[in-house]
Amino acid sequence: MSKADGTATATPVPPRAGDPEITPEVVADHGLSEDEYARVCSVMGREPTFTELGVFSAMWSEHCGYKNSKRLLRLLPTRAPWVIQGPGENAGVIDVGDGYALAFKIESHNHPSAVEPYQGSATGVGGILRDIFTMGARPVAVLDSLRFGDLDSGRVRYLFDGVVKGVGDYGNCVGIPNIGGEVVFDRGYEGNPIVNAMCLGLMKREELITAAASGVGNPLMAVGARTGRDGIHGATFASEELSEDADESSRPQVQVGDPFTEKLLLEASLELIASGAISAIQDMGAAGITSSASEMAGRGGSGVEMEMTDVPVREDGMTPYEILLSESQERMLVVAEKGREGEVHRILEKWELEAAVIGRVTDDGMFRVLENGKVVADIPALPLTDGCPTYEREGVESAEIIGLRDMDLSEHLIPEGDLSKSLLLLLGSPNVASKQWIYHQYDTTVRTSTAVRPGGDAGVVRIRGTQRAVAATTDCNGRFVYLQPKTGAMAAVAEAARNLVCVGAMPTAITNNLNFGNPLKAHIYYQLREAVLGMRDACAAFETPVTGGNVSLFNETDGKAIYPTPVIGMVGVIDDVDRITPNAFRNEGDDIVLLGENTGEIGGSEYLYVTAALVAGEPPSVDLEGEKRLQQAMLSLTHEGLVTAAHDCSQGGLACTLAEMALGDGEEPFGVEAGIDDELRPVVSLFGEAQGRIVLSCNPASTGAVLASAERYAVPARKIGTVLGADRGFTLKVRDASVSASLAEMTEAYFQAIPKIMDVSPTAES
Amino acid sequence: MKVAVITFPGSNCDHDLYKAAQQVGGDASFVWHRERGLDGFDVVLLPGGFSYGDYLRPGAIARMSPIMDDVMSFAKAGGPVLGICNGFQVLCEAGLLPGALVRNDALKFRSHDVRLRVERVDTLFTSDYELGQILRVPIAHGDGNYEADEETLNALEDEGRVVFRYVDRNGEAVESANPNGSWHNIAGIVNESGNVLGMMPHPERAMEELLGSTDGVGVFTSMMNSLSTAPA
Repeated sequence: MSKADGTATATPVPPRAGDPEITPEVVADHGLSEDEYARVCSVMGREPTFTELGVFSAMWSEHCGYKNSKRLLRLLPTRAPWVIQGPGENAGVIDVGDGYALAFKIESHNHPSAVEPYQGSATGVGGILRDIFTMGARPVAVLDSLRFGDLDSGRVRYLFDGVVKGVGDYGNCVGIPNIGGEVVFDRGYEGNPIVNAMCLGLMKREELITAAASGVGNPLMAVGARTGRDGIHGATFASEELSEDADESSRPQVQVGDPFTEKLLLEASLELIASGAISAIQDMGAAGITSSASEMAGRGGSGVEMEMTDVPVREDGMTPYEILLSESQERMLVVAEKGREGEVHRILEKWELEAAVIGRVTDDGMFRVLENGKVVADIPALPLTDGCPTYEREGVESAEIIGLRDMDLSEHLIPEGDLSKSLLLLLGSPNVASKQWIYHQYDTTVRTSTAVRPGGDAGVVRIRGTQRAVAATTDCNGRFVYLQPKTGAMAAVAEAARNLVCVGAMPTAITNNLNFGNPLKAHIYYQLREAVLGMRDACAAFETPVTGGNVSLFNETDGKAIYPTPVIGMVGVIDDVDRITPNAFRNEGDDIVLLGENTGEIGGSEYLYVTAALVAGEPPSVDLEGEKRLQQAMLSLTHEGLVTAAHDCSQGGLACTLAEMALGDGEEPFGVEAGIDDELRPVVSLFGEAQGRIVLSCNPASTGAVLASAERYAVPARKIGTVLGADRGFTLKVRDASVSASLAEMTEAYFQAIPKIMDVSPTAES
Repeated sequence: MKVAVITFPGSNCDHDLYKAAQQVGGDASFVWHRERGLDGFDVVLLPGGFSYGDYLRPGAIARMSPIMDDVMSFAKAGGPVLGICNGFQVLCEAGLLPGALVRNDALKFRSHDVRLRVERVDTLFTSDYELGQILRVPIAHGDGNYEADEETLNALEDEGRVVFRYVDRNGEAVESANPNGSWHNIAGIVNESGNVLGMMPHPERAMEELLGSTDGVGVFTSMMNSLSTAPA
């Protein structure tokens, strides 16, 4: 029994016949340090059983316990008047007006995707959908943020092809439109692909339900798919480095998804919530029944008792350890109102799914597990969920990275050949090139609410029955974060916000996915800490609080870490769907205006990567106050109805931004004649990736008003060119240098880059 | 116009179809696949999605649902039946339409706007269009490659039962405009009596400017008008 202070007096639980003995090796295999094991014994007041050790191992893993990140995450701003639910639930929730609330969250599935790309990414989408509909919200959009090594590797092409297929098949089958995301190819992700999936769900404010077990005696029910032996210890696996042979040995830790069952579970869950027959619902995600039951008990301040032989299983002979730690997909744990179990059964039956009572809510604060009536685990719930030791480590910047940042880049800024070739080279780089190959495999229009599809700055979904819409984007330039973590993280938040204002949405809140290497290494911990600090400053400056997210550490293969990649999933609100701004030119004769300063910062740029295979230099600086004014100016211009197109200036610099606006989706390209007369080297002027810039177009009659409006916000603005017919080609001048190309050449480079690689060469493992 | 939208487990365009029918003034209801009887309905719509997860073959399990007996009788009695995407696949599996929809030739799911040429305007579903009109409508499918034996194809062409064909911007049925490898660029066909239409593209997703196109509206207004002018 637990005492008031949360510690337990020892209740002896005899070892279960057949379970291994607990030795220091067994403890180490469960990913617990000696100190952590001592803490387990202190919480328990005795040595744990094997089953209990498995439960602690999962709950105190980085994936569930955030032990290396929790103290840093507390630094992030999480409150605003429009935040209904901040971090700690299945998903964050904000008020988006007219009585509607938006649930949204991002989550990683990096480790499983590195081993089995199709199932890894598919189950990533499945998991994030469940996080949304367990809040009572209907999923309305998915975004995917992906990173791979360079596509010249057969292994990378195999991973890329499989991940895209997995994301697509799952979301397509459930019927949730994909509205955007991002894909990056860089050797920094060679061994560890990054697969982050984000979901948005809409509900009426009053439909919100949370996952706290309450009502002593209320039955706990397992709902949906049966429990099998797949994915056991996935949470612990996700908290370890991969080794080269991870492929083979880790496959049993990868879960298998069934989107058809998910679709039924989605409908059944929303019907259950609407019926009032249940008081809480939670996904059995990472660490399965263990985390869902213990977190429900922890949040509710109550206890739970479960009988393992009542859990519907896929095969005979599963031990309590296996049942508790299985990560079989498409399962839910619900707390039914006592006496209304029959209603739950009826709803599940209609959707051709199973439900079984597996336990009940208690009031003794214990997480208790029985097998045939005999106790096999008896753990105080609160220390299990909240008592995970947290660490603040020493962070030291890597000397190697300091060297890269301070590198003299001047010898790389004289282009070989002419600048026009550089433009075509950049447009044909998979990082800049059109991602149609990817999102043409995703259903983007199902649910008939997608107002802006993938390919723009941000995706937009209207809220049916209102004039409103929500917009979402994911962003992070890992090279910038690698070279200077704090600035890089600020840039990620700033770019996300620029993306939203470009479509006409007010940046409102973020969910983040912190993808890093092994935090036990001082230089990685430094990256993590600095990135969180940068994110904190930017979120505070833009009033975009963090409402939740996910941490994925140990993204290393054979000791080599990924670029630190704190992906920002930002959502925004559009008041009037008739004021959504496209990101490609629409009218011949429009003026082209640059908002912001062309400062020519080329460190960490795509230009250096493509032309010199370099990730080096000082990344672009971020002026948070200037960014905020830029956002306000852009929104004001949109409200005044002055803008015909707007596009954030990012990878590939001003030249690629203009080219993208000229090409659009390829249906109706336009020509461009533009020039900038700054004193910078042409290369940095054209391809530098300075922050705080947006390119827009407007009717020439409005140009004066646009410039005046920008001035009111103290945002530098100047006319830099004119939109022409496609036959006039693309010309961009910097003093006496110039870039020029035909639309046909640009179209070929930009639209064929990825298909040429993926549709011609085999994607089989090399 | 009383419209039945049949929902199978895994259907995911049922709500979109329902709203499209309501938008043109139809009185739509969902009919769960285990229900029986379609009395009183003027039109039956089979939605897109992944009925039974596309397991076995798309539409192969759904066509054995109890309600399909009623859909068969409804169609045989001359009632208008429209199947879109997975609904088209179900109609082919059920034998209400000839041929089959197999894996896209590129072996990938394809989701983007296509252009369709209206080949027939004397059907219940296309009377509001002009002959040869070019529509912009989204597709989203992995198995939309229409195949049939030569005899069937010849019959379809000779009897003018190809209602929609994939074309380019100039209205030409060229190979580059064909998103899935369908024979003769076929996007939609009717049965011999002309009361059952199956099509892979999604007209219900092209009902509003905000979403990119209103070219799908005609399918629904055509049904509405045909029914209101039909002799009682």
